[in-house]
Amino acid sequence: MGSMKEELEFLFSLVVSGVSIGLMYSLIALGFVLVYKATDAINFAQGEFVMLAGFFATSALTLKGMPILAALLFAIIAMVAMSFALERIVLRPLLGRPVISVIMATIGLAAILRGLPPITIGAQTKALVLPIPDTPINFGPATIPPIQLLGVTVSLVFLAGFTWFFMKSRMGVAMRAVADNQQVAMAMGINVERYFAIAWAMAGVVSALGGIIWGSMLGVDTQLALVGLKVFPVVILGGLDSIIGAVLGGLIVGTVESLAAGYLDPLVGGGTKDFAPYVLMIVMLMFKPYGMFGKHKIERI
Amino acid sequence: MFHREAGNFKTTYASDMALFPLPITRWTAAALAVLFIVIVPLVLHEYYLSIFNLVFIAIVGALGLNILVGYTGQISIGHAAFMSVGAYTAANLATKLGLPFWVTLPAGGLMAAFIGTIVGIPSLRIKGTYLAIATLASQLIIEWVINHTPAISGGAAASIQVPRPTLFGIDLKSQSQLYFFLLFFAMLAIVATMNLARSRIGRAFVAIRDQDIAAEIIGINIFRYKLLAFAISSFYAGVCGVLYTYYFGIANYEAFQINVSIDYLAMIIVGGLGSVLGSVLGAIFVTMLPIAIRTVVETFGGYIWDTNALSAVAASMRLVIFGMLIILFLVLEPEGLARLWRNIRNYFRAWPFSY
Repeated sequence: MGSMKEELEFLFSLVVSGVSIGLMYSLIALGFVLVYKATDAINFAQGEFVMLAGFFATSALTLKGMPILAALLFAIIAMVAMSFALERIVLRPLLGRPVISVIMATIGLAAILRGLPPITIGAQTKALVLPIPDTPINFGPATIPPIQLLGVTVSLVFLAGFTWFFMKSRMGVAMRAVADNQQVAMAMGINVERYFAIAWAMAGVVSALGGIIWGSMLGVDTQLALVGLKVFPVVILGGLDSIIGAVLGGLIVGTVESLAAGYLDPLVGGGTKDFAPYVLMIVMLMFKPYGMFGKHKIERI
Repeated sequence: MFHREAGNFKTTYASDMALFPLPITRWTAAALAVLFIVIVPLVLHEYYLSIFNLVFIAIVGALGLNILVGYTGQISIGHAAFMSVGAYTAANLATKLGLPFWVTLPAGGLMAAFIGTIVGIPSLRIKGTYLAIATLASQLIIEWVINHTPAISGGAAASIQVPRPTLFGIDLKSQSQLYFFLLFFAMLAIVATMNLARSRIGRAFVAIRDQDIAAEIIGINIFRYKLLAFAISSFYAGVCGVLYTYYFGIANYEAFQINVSIDYLAMIIVGGLGSVLGSVLGAIFVTMLPIAIRTVVETFGGYIWDTNALSAVAASMRLVIFGMLIILFLVLEPEGLARLWRNIRNYFRAWPFSY
C-alpha cells in the first residue's frame, strides 16, 4: 500500500461511492417502507417491481419508439396501474390473514414477475440510455458517474417529499392513522381501503423511478431484481416503518458495502459486498429488532 | 387421513389421539403400503420410478418445513440452506472418512439441526415479517460461507462427488434400488411427523402458532419449543439434503439456493399448512409440475419460441406458474390440497342423499 495520503484518498472515494449508492438503495427501500407503513404488508417483490419498471421503460423506448420522457412517464403510469391492480386482486382478499399469507403472496408475485420477461420479450440485457452526460464528475479524489448523482438527487427529493407528506399533509396524517389502527381509523371516517390503494400507488411511483435509475446504471434484465435483496438490510437497520430510517439504513448499507468491497475483498477473494450488509442486519435483529427508528409493537391477548 | 366416520363416539383421550382411529384407516394404510412397496416398483418403468424418488425426497423436506411453518407458525425462507448443511456434512464425512450412509445421514441431520437452532435464536425476540427476513439472511449467509470455504465445499466448483450408498454389500445404483431406499425414509418421516403432531410437543407447537403469549401463560416454555421446532425442522431438512446428495451422487450448493426454499414453501402452501397429508400432496404436486411444464413447452413451445431458447422458456414458465399457483391457493383455498381432498370426501360422505 501507498502513503498515508493515498490511503485516506482511497477511503474517501470508497465512502463517497458508498454514500451515493446507499442513497439510491434508500429510494427503493422507500417503496417498501411506504407499503409497510400504511398497510402492514411486506413486499418481497420490491426488487421485481424495480426490474419491471426498467422493462416498461425500455420496451416503450425500443418497441414503440417513444421519446425518452414519454417512455419514463409511461413506466411510471404502468407501475401505478399495476400496483393498483395488485392491491385489488391479490392483497385485499388477504386482509386479516396471518402474516405468512401476505409474505408468500408477494414471493409468488416476485416469481411471476421474474418469469414473465424471458417468455414475452426475451432475456437479453437491454440498455436504458438517459439524456445525461456520462463523463464522471470529480469530488476531490473521488469520482461519481452523473447517473449516480441524478439518483442521489431524486432520492433526496423523494425522501424529503414523503417526510413532509406524512408529517403535514391531510392525506399523510390519515395514512398514519390507518397504519396505527385500522378500526379506529375507519370509525373516524377514513376510507381505509382507498388509502391502501394510494400507498401501493406511491410505492409504484417510487419503484418506477428506482427502476429507471438503476436500470440505466446496470442495464435492464432479470438480474436487476437482485437490487431488491439489498432492501432488507436497509429497512431492518432503519426500522421497517421509518422514512428517515430508510435514509440512514441506506447510507450505512452503502458505506459498509463499499468499504467491505475495498478492504475485505482482496483478503477473502470477493463477494463480501453482498454478504456484509446481511451480517450487519442479523446483528441488528438480535439486539434491536425494530431497528433504529422502527415502532415497537406491543402485543395484547 | 383417508377414513370417513359416522359420528364421534370416542370416550377416552387415548382413542381420540390414536394414529388409526378406525379399522378402515388401518386397512387403507396397509393397502397404500402394499401399493407402494410391491405393486409400484413391479409395474412402473425406471423413468417413472425416478420421479417417485424425487417425490420421496421432497416429502421429507416438506414435512420438515411444515413442522416449522404449519404447526409452529414460524416462517422460514432458509429451508434450502439447512439442506445444504446436511448435504455437505454428509458428503465430507463420506469422502474424507469413508463413512457409510447410516452414519452420514443422521450426522447430516444433526449438523443441520445444530445450525437451524442457531438460526432460530432470533425467533425468540422477533416474529412474522422480521423472522422471514432473518431467515432469508441466514439462507444467503450459509450459502456464501459454504461457497467461500474450500474445506467445506471441496474447492472451486463447490461440489463434492459422493460414493453410492451400500446396503448389505450391494451398491444402490439403479432407480429401483434407490426407490426402496428413499421410500423407507419417506415413510419413516411421515409416521414420525404424525406421531410428533399428536404428542405433547406437537400440541405445544400448535399452541404457540395459535397464540404464543397465551401459550406461554399456560406454561409452555416458548424458548425451548421454538428452538425445538427449528431443530426438528432443520433435522428433516438436513436428512432431505443428504438424500438428494446420495440420489444425485454429488453435493452442489446450486441445488440448495433460495428458489429451492421457495419451492418448499410452495409445497406446504399448495398442499396445506399444518397437515401431514398436505405436505405429501404438496410434495407430489410441486415435484411433478415442472416435469409436466417442461414436457408441454418442449412439445408445443416450438411454435411460439425459438427452439434454442426452449429450456430457458420452460424455466421461466415454471416460475410464472408457481407464482400463480401460490397466489391462487392463498386467495382461494388457503388450507390447500388437503382441504380440497376433505371437501371432496365430505361431499361423497352423504352422496347421493346430501340433504
